[in-house]
This record gives sequence, C-alpha cells and structure tokens, in this order.
Amino acid sequence: MNFGFTEEQDLLREAARRFIEQRCPIGEVRRLAETEKGFSAEIWQEMARLGWLGLTLPEAHGGSGLGWIDLVVILEETGRGLVPSPLPASTLAATAILENGDAAQHGRWLPALAAGSRIGTVALMEEGGALDPRRIGVRGVRDGDGFVLSGRKTLVSDPTSADLFVVSFRCGDGPDDVALAVVEAGAPGVVAKSFPLIDATKRLGNLDLDGARIRGDQVLGAAGGAAARITRLLNQCAIAVTAEMAGAAERALRITVDYANERTQFGQPIGHFQGVKHPLAEMYVDIESFKSLLYYAAWALENRPHEVSRYASLAKAYATDAFVRTGIDSIQLHGATGFTVEYDIQLYFKRSKWARPMFGDAAAHYERALALRGV
Amino acid sequence: MDFDLTPEEEAFRSEVREFLAANLPPPAERSKLGADFINEWWRKIREKRWIGFDWPREMGGGGGTVMQQYILKEEMLNAKAPPLGSDYTGLGWVGPAVIQFGTDEQRKRFLPDILDSKSAWCTGYSEPGVGSDLASLRCRAVRDGDDYVVNGQKIWISLAHIGTGIYTMVRTDPDVSKYDGISCLLIPLNTPGIEVRPIKSFAGDHFKDLYNEVFFHDVRVPVANRVGREGQGWEILCSALQRERSGIAEVNRHHKALERLIKLAATSRIAGEPALENMEMRKRLAAFDARIEACRLTGLRVLTRQVQGKLGDSDASIGKLHNCNLLVAMSETAMELLGGASPYLGDTEASVGRGKWQIGALGWPTTVIGGGTPNIQKNIIAERILGLPKD
Repeated sequence: MNFGFTEEQDLLREAARRFIEQRCPIGEVRRLAETEKGFSAEIWQEMARLGWLGLTLPEAHGGSGLGWIDLVVILEETGRGLVPSPLPASTLAATAILENGDAAQHGRWLPALAAGSRIGTVALMEEGGALDPRRIGVRGVRDGDGFVLSGRKTLVSDPTSADLFVVSFRCGDGPDDVALAVVEAGAPGVVAKSFPLIDATKRLGNLDLDGARIRGDQVLGAAGGAAARITRLLNQCAIAVTAEMAGAAERALRITVDYANERTQFGQPIGHFQGVKHPLAEMYVDIESFKSLLYYAAWALENRPHEVSRYASLAKAYATDAFVRTGIDSIQLHGATGFTVEYDIQLYFKRSKWARPMFGDAAAHYERALALRGV
Repeated sequence: MDFDLTPEEEAFRSEVREFLAANLPPPAERSKLGADFINEWWRKIREKRWIGFDWPREMGGGGGTVMQQYILKEEMLNAKAPPLGSDYTGLGWVGPAVIQFGTDEQRKRFLPDILDSKSAWCTGYSEPGVGSDLASLRCRAVRDGDDYVVNGQKIWISLAHIGTGIYTMVRTDPDVSKYDGISCLLIPLNTPGIEVRPIKSFAGDHFKDLYNEVFFHDVRVPVANRVGREGQGWEILCSALQRERSGIAEVNRHHKALERLIKLAATSRIAGEPALENMEMRKRLAAFDARIEACRLTGLRVLTRQVQGKLGDSDASIGKLHNCNLLVAMSETAMELLGGASPYLGDTEASVGRGKWQIGALGWPTTVIGGGTPNIQKNIIAERILGLPKD
C-alpha cells in the first residue's frame, strides 16, 4: 500500500506549475477574466500540445494515456493558478464519451477534444440540485432512432465556448429510464447562455433544450438503464471540481500565511498572534483532510468503483464547507486590504463561491453519503 | 498511489488472521477465562513477537515494518483482540526511548519486563504551573556521586497508583536554556521518598483514580537510570510526544461511536420531530463520517511518508486535532439527541443507553488535553508546517 504520488506525478506537477507561472500568471488571469470569451486561445493550444486536454484518453484517440490521479494533479495546479479555461469541462465531456460511447463515437469526438479543436462540456445538473439520476427532468421523446429533447440544464461550465454538450435526460417513465447523449451547439432548439458570475474567471450558465433533435448515433450507450453510468460521470465531475478546489484553497492559505508573515502590527508580524495562527492552522487541517478524501476517491475510480460515490460525496461536501470557510477567513485575516480589488486573495474568495454548488453542494453530497449508509 | 496490499503485505495479513482464528476465543469465553485468558494470550503473541512488534529484533521486538505494524493493529482491532501487551506507556515511548537513547545495560534491564507485561510505566511530564509550556519544568535533580537527588512534584500522572516506575523529565541544569537543562530519568515507584496522591476528576466514579500527583522528597536515583546524555531530555520528550500523538487506532473507535450515534438518532426526536428527518442533524452526522474518514486517510498518507522515511515531526498533529474535535462534537451531539435524558448520570430508569454517552461527555478531557491541547497542536502546525513566527 502506498498513499503518495509517484516521481512522475511530482514531475508532472512541477512542470504544470512552471507552465502556469510563465504562461498564465495572475495578471494574465485578471486580463482574461475581462474578455468575453474568458480564456486564451493560445494557452488552450499550448495545453493541447502538452497533452493536458486528453490527459486520461488513450493514445489511440490522441490522448496521453494517463490516469485520474494524474488528472487530479493537473486540476490542482490549474485551480491553484485560477487558470481560466474549459479544460475541466472538456476533459469531463471526453471522459463521458470515452466510457459510454462506441468506437464510431470515439473516433468522431475524442481526437478533436484531445487536440483542442473542439470544446466539450457536461450538462448534468438541474434546478433543485438533486444528485439522484432518477430525478432528472429533461425529457427525450422518441423520434425515429433518436430523441427530441426538452428542458433546462443548469450550472453548465463554458456554455458559450462549448461545441458539444454531454447531456443526461429522461427517456421513459421508469426510474432507470435515463440516458446520456451528445448535443451539438448551435443545433435547432439548443440555446446555451452564460451569465455574470461572482468569480469572473469562470464561465457558467444554462443549456435550454426546446425540441432539440438528436440522432441515435448521438446517444452514448443504450438509451435507458444509464443511472449507474450517469452517477459515475457525476462522481468524476465532483472529483474534478474538488481537485480544482484543493489547489485554490491551498494557494489561498499560502497567500494568507505570507501576508501574516509580512504585515506588522503592535511591533511584530501578525502571524505571531494566536488569533491569526490558529485559523490558519485550522484551514491547513481542513485542506489536508479533504485532499485525503479526494485522492482516495480518484484512486477508487479506477480501482474500487463501488466506493466512488461515497468518497466523492464525502470529499466534495467536506471541500465545499472548508473552501468557503478558507475564503472568508483569508479575507478577514487580510484586514481591510483583503476587500480591495488589488489583492489577489479576493479572487480565491470568489472562486469558493463558484465551487459551492458545482456538481452538488455540501448538503446534497452529505445527504447522498448518508443515504449510501442506509440512513 | 495504491491502496491495495502487496503480495508480501497480503501474506502477513493472512498470517495474522489465521493466528487470530486459531487462538482468539470469542468474547463470551474470554470473560469466563478471565486472567488466565489474558496471560495466556500475552504469552502467545509474545512468542509471535507481536508485542513490541515495531522494536528491533535484537532488542526483543518483532522488527516489523511500518506497514506490517499497521496491518497487525488493524486486524487486532477488527477482531476485538485485547491490547498488544499491558504496558502501554512502556511499549509506546519508554521502551523506544531506551532503545534509541539508552545504554545496552538499560536495554537489558528495562525492555524484557515491558515486553512481558511485567512493568507498568507512567509518564512524568507536567507539573503544577507547567502544562503546555513543558520546557519550563522545575522538578530538580542534583548530582550527588553516582546518584541524582530528585526533589519536586509531577502532576496528571495516569496510573501512578498501580505503576512500577515513572519515566520522568527533570531539570539537571538551571543555568542553560530551558530546553538544554532537562534530563530523562527512569525512577522505580517504590524508591524511598516518592509519594503518590490520587486526584479526583469531575467525571466521577468512571474516571476514579485516573490521575495522580507524584511528590519527590530527596529521592535518590542512580545515574545509571538516566536515559541519554544529561541535557538530552527535551529531544527524548519531543520524539516520545510524536509517538503518543499518532493514533491510527482512534479512528476505529470513532466509527463505532458514529454507528451508535446514528442508532440513537433513529429513536430520538428534535423539537418533537424524528431526529433523522432533521436536515441539520443529517448533515452533521454525515460530516462526522467525512471527518472520521479524512482522519483515517490522512493517517495513511502520514504512514506512507513514514515508510518513505519522510515523516515530519508535526505530521501527527492533524490526527490529534480531528480526534479531539470528533470526541467532543459526537458526545455533545449525543447529549442533544438524548434531550430530557441527557442530564441523568448512570444506569437508572431516567437514563438511556445505561448512561454511556454521559461518560463521554464528561470524560473527553483525558484525550483532548492529554498529549498536548488542541491549541498547542495548532501552534505546532502554524509554526512548523506553515512557517509562522514562533511564540
């Protein structure tokens, strides 16, 4: 047994951190946040060349053939740097197609996603925030070999950049009559909209389907009987967002520790006072704790599939509360400067507001963890 | 990252399981056998070298790897086996201190009794007025020929009334820095001049005789009983405290407590409604689950660092903080769920569950304060891991 990263993973992390520091430092993050698109096409292409966009895809599809722990490393680093890009969303869409699609679908979408020439995202959540696939409300009505989809998906990342959406929908009245399909952007009846966010480095919005027609070859796997597959995809989404949160929360802590070491009051650095020290220590304990849950959940994806739901939920729930608290405490420990736009800590505080509902908030995930215990 | 055991680790697990299946009678039979059972048990696992399993073989231990120790501990807990030896303190840090810092003569003199469950060491750190700032301890030892003459007082000494010896930090040099003037003495409790007085805790009968004060009046201790160099006491103490704070075993206890708590919630009401339909309560219970698992898995990350020889001296503080928080928060949640039955002590018609939760709600200080308070753990994390200025 070994609960540590490999040497290769440590090197991957170092390389990613260097790349981000050089190509997308915080000044560039701020600049991109002001643009309409919200990310840099050049950096996107460089990420593709580094193999990040198809990190967990097999080499046959243009991917790097790495595993989920490696993906967690990359997402921790992009989260740490608040790198604005559709990398998480597009990776999750590719994962869904890889795990649920057939050879023709793989060939049609995966190489393009790995190369960055097309951008994917996932549209799984709906109003109300339930995690149970049995409560999916978007409906697909049979139409030849395909379906006509109607309904709203919420909390869709990069809605206006995405070329394709992996959508979960209901294809019948039985509890397990749910399915996954790829919906193309710009098709009739497909409206994706982005709205202003607290965290300007992210893009988020709705996918409205109003009689959107999909062919049979857009359905991933069998139509119906997909509840377990949708749950697995949702777990992967929760794990990915938790990895971004881990990197960001750690960076927020580091920024605040540095500030506490520099800022002098009453003749000494404020980090000398236990009123400052103790909340920082508590943040550290919480971040290390949800990281442990996160790493186990990511490992379980490939090694203990039946344990993924439990640990993905415990990780996302713990991370959500911890990151929100880290954000608030970091601002407070900065004093009035923390309220200025100039200091970077506010960007991390705002990131915690984005992360809270993504792929289920703490209440939803704790509820699911309890239900899994039979309570 | 790999949570599966290697074939060698798996083989060791099977060996432990087979041994337990063949040698550990079911709990009901154990209580019938009483002392015979426990003595026979300790003899058998002593033969397997599982008592002091982490000690080197040439010192009488088992030379087990970090992973094997973890597996052994986990299997023993799962089988509800009795503890691995009775001299918890001796096995935990007195023996290891003798192994690491002691002489061959001391190893021969002290280690066998610890392994054979014949000794019962207690720990003499705290003094009146000397708690979290342990390095300011005052209990004085003055060299006189081949002896030290010890005068002073120690406090919060668990089990001193039934112990055989006290592992004691004393001030041998008041003129150097507070850290450099401390030495470590192993003092038999039957040495003339030692007086043990029990302290009454507020937790009542269940925690009777738990703590004692120990007074030293001109107690003569041979220099041969000093572990390490004169002035090396602080180093020995720090290494022992880290051992005391790493507590993988605790997680098991928290999981059991959470199961009991959920059962209690299933029969309790909050403001007249079933407790398990209360969303705030449901979230709280699940959050306990997350913290217990986070504690377990963070423990495994620390274990991995230990295997790789990269263990930091503050790594165990995270586990200790979780233990403290869980212990207090879960027993208080139970008290909340008990509602009108919560103020009653003991097993009466007014109590629920024979008053066991009340014992937890009163007794947590033994764990939470012992081995360093939560605030001290936060100082350790802030200073040694995060790099904030030292107090």
